[in-house]
Amino acid sequence: MVEFTFWFVVSLTLISAAIVVLSNQLIYSAMALLFTLFGVAGIYIFLWADFMAGVQILVYIGGILVLIIFGIMLTNRISSVRLSQTNMQQGIGGSVAIWLFLLISLVISKTSWFQVEAVEPVETVSGIGTLLLTKYLLPFEAISLLLLGALIGAALLSRKEN
Amino acid sequence: MYDLNTYLIISAALFSLGIFGVMTRRNAISILMGVELILNAANINFIAFSRFGGMNLDGHIFALFVIVLAAAEAAVALAIVINIYNNMNTINVDEASAMKE
Amino acid sequence: MNNIFINYSLFILFLPLVAFLIQIFIGKRLPRQGDWVSIGAISITLILSISMFVAMLLDYDPGFKHEASFTWLDMGAFKIKLGFLVDNITVIMLLVVALISTCTHIFSVKYLEGDIRYSRYFAYLGLFTFSMNGIVLSNNLISMYMSWELVGVSSYLLIGHWFEKDSAANAAKKAFLTNRVGDIGFFIGIMLIYTAIGSFAFTDIFEGVAGGLIAGTTLTLAGLGLFMGAMGKSSQFPLHIWLPDAMEGPTPVSALMHAATMVAAGVYLTVRIFPLLTPDALLVVAYIGGFTALFAATIAITQNDIKKVLAYSTVSQLGYMILAVGTGVYTAAFFHLLTHAMFKANLFYGSGSVIHSMHHALHEKHDHDTDPQDMRNMGGFKEKMPITYWSMLASTMAIAGVPLFSGFLSKDAILAGSLSFAQHHPEHFLLPVFGFGAAAITAFYMFRMMFMTFHGKPQMPELINDIHESPKEMAGPLVLLGTLSVAIWYTFPHLNPISTHGSWFTTLVRPIDSAVPGNLTALAIESGAHHAHNLAMGLSIGVAVLGIGLAVLMYLKNVLSAENMGKRAGFLYDWSLNKYYFDENYDKYLYQPTLRLAKKISWIDWELYDKYFINGFGRVTAWASRVSGKFDYDIIDQLLVDGFGRIADNLGSILKKVQTGKLQNYLLYVTVGIIILMIIQSF
Repeated sequence: MVEFTFWFVVSLTLISAAIVVLSNQLIYSAMALLFTLFGVAGIYIFLWADFMAGVQILVYIGGILVLIIFGIMLTNRISSVRLSQTNMQQGIGGSVAIWLFLLISLVISKTSWFQVEAVEPVETVSGIGTLLLTKYLLPFEAISLLLLGALIGAALLSRKEN
Repeated sequence: MYDLNTYLIISAALFSLGIFGVMTRRNAISILMGVELILNAANINFIAFSRFGGMNLDGHIFALFVIVLAAAEAAVALAIVINIYNNMNTINVDEASAMKE
Repeated sequence: MNNIFINYSLFILFLPLVAFLIQIFIGKRLPRQGDWVSIGAISITLILSISMFVAMLLDYDPGFKHEASFTWLDMGAFKIKLGFLVDNITVIMLLVVALISTCTHIFSVKYLEGDIRYSRYFAYLGLFTFSMNGIVLSNNLISMYMSWELVGVSSYLLIGHWFEKDSAANAAKKAFLTNRVGDIGFFIGIMLIYTAIGSFAFTDIFEGVAGGLIAGTTLTLAGLGLFMGAMGKSSQFPLHIWLPDAMEGPTPVSALMHAATMVAAGVYLTVRIFPLLTPDALLVVAYIGGFTALFAATIAITQNDIKKVLAYSTVSQLGYMILAVGTGVYTAAFFHLLTHAMFKANLFYGSGSVIHSMHHALHEKHDHDTDPQDMRNMGGFKEKMPITYWSMLASTMAIAGVPLFSGFLSKDAILAGSLSFAQHHPEHFLLPVFGFGAAAITAFYMFRMMFMTFHGKPQMPELINDIHESPKEMAGPLVLLGTLSVAIWYTFPHLNPISTHGSWFTTLVRPIDSAVPGNLTALAIESGAHHAHNLAMGLSIGVAVLGIGLAVLMYLKNVLSAENMGKRAGFLYDWSLNKYYFDENYDKYLYQPTLRLAKKISWIDWELYDKYFINGFGRVTAWASRVSGKFDYDIIDQLLVDGFGRIADNLGSILKKVQTGKLQNYLLYVTVGIIILMIIQSF
């Protein structure tokens, strides 16, 4: 049952990811991205990262995906049908991507990774919270500033010229 | 359950799909979606290595930072895309090629 | 350098330089054209000098001596060390320089009021004071030589202060070039000594001389070389010609440089190097000094320009000092330098005061043709300018050798020295004759000057009502230096006005033994001079009375007619008036032949060397450059350089097709590149 669920999640992720990059309709791509992100959240759960899965759903699906859909709706008429969403180098791009995948897989399987056995923690939230306010305090503050900067920058860029 | 390599190969597949998307799509928003796929692939790697490297949560922190960066990037990128659309009435990157000789 | 004397000396040396730099760069923009900067700096210098002097007096140690030096130039075996030497002579000399320099600064405020180069004048005064202090303080020949040249430069600049006048510009040039002649000798002397001893420092040199590293003719020549420098600076025969002309400079400058300090530098040098002078060299020194003393005095008799009289009197007095060095009583030379600096500077200030007043009076009358320096236009100024008169009178008494005044003491010491020398070496009887003769003539012409200027009937009665006493800036230095012409300052703590025996000066400045083996010892010189003292005193009072009496008869009482005397003297009068035709003869036998020779050489240079040799080379070079130019253009430029350009151009037009401007293409290339790298890495 668990194995089935795992492979289901994996295939959901990969297939919808393929739809994201292949679909001719932009809004379909966005919808497929939704499923991909859900799938990735599922994979996180299999990796004992319960908090990260929650963040994935909250930020990616609740935030970024909504932004992307807004962007699509602001720049395209949904009803209009585009014949081609892809450019001329689809063939060569596909073969390059396949080669890349094969080579990375080869590298992964040939490498002997450093691994440590571990037990599943009850929850990860408190550990992440402690780390963020101790060891990673400075990056945390820095990334807060970056986020603020991006927010202001985005608002500045997208406002109407007067 | 399932060893490290499984997750890494899933991540590699997602990464390759993302690269493919970024390379071939004409629409700027599609390209952005490809970038999101690449970032997710990277995040899977972070968390997988964290899980199989002793579960010390450092990888989680990095994944968290990546998500935050992705959010910032998406906000800025979409603002730029909307600007380009307002100026050129298109967001196809091969038409908006002012960098060309 | 923790020594307080050395620290003070550093300040004394460099403060005037700082003032010079400030004045030369921003002086014009400062309020009052910045004269307060210079005066302030020089006053601090004076205060420091006085404190050093007081410290020296409190110490009361004849052996007082501090030295400090540092390595200035280090080229392996060849090292040049510069440094300070502070002993009693240095301290006294520093005080003289600072005192006269301060007086000059203050005096100049009024004298040069409204001058177009007012701030520059003060700047040069600062430069001069710096260089003069450099001479006084140096403990070695090389830094002394440097300061020596700097003094020459500042003298050049100050004599030529009014360079719009041709005479001033020429006088500046003459002074500089004449000094060069002496300086060449100085330099040769330095080199001779360095070659033999390997050091420039006085201490090392004297040790070397005493150790016999340099002896005989070489030492004599080296000493005479150094003395040549002194001859140039102290204007000794036959290099005396520049000093009278140097009076073209502003009168305060004449007082500072051409009476008190700069010309005394030569004497100071001979005093410093005295221990290395051989008997032969000393004899030359003595004869040159004695002859100059008499010779210049005879010229001064007939001069009518008040400053010219003083100039020749300076030459004569410097001759005295040189004579003293030559006869071995070099402490007497230094003593005379000290007293002479005071009274001669004062006489120049006095003459400056008179000229200033004359100038203003003539200005009132819109008379621009009458020479304000000519004594024949003066007379009867005594009531009008009492301060000037009385202070000048004190100094005149001093220079004439009247008892109770300072000059009497120093002159007496010199005359006693020459007398004692002649007693030891009867064949040199001429030396005291020179001395006493010059003393008599000096008394005569100095009183002649006083009577012509201040007594008798006004020669230009229309002017006399406009003659006024000078302002207090000018009167102050006059009073101060006039007071310093009195003997009492120099005999302290004993109040005996006719003998310096036991005074602070003779206690502190002790003659040191000559370093030359076999020369007279200090003791022998001193006792000789002491024995001759009474005779010399009697004789010198006698000649002074003779000279003054003659002047009184001729110019005050008009019993003897000066004109008749002049006519009776015939060609002698003529010679004296025209300074023995020295300038004319130098021009005829020295300058003109030199110029002719230079013209011939320049003809060779231009007609032969330049036209054939240089131009020939030029033609060959031009031909070669044409050939190489052709090669350069056709082969290097067209084929090689442009070839590279064409290759790059072709490559670029091929490669630019890759640059599509599309990011996605670039990403594709990057990815392909990564794949290739991974493949290479895998196998």
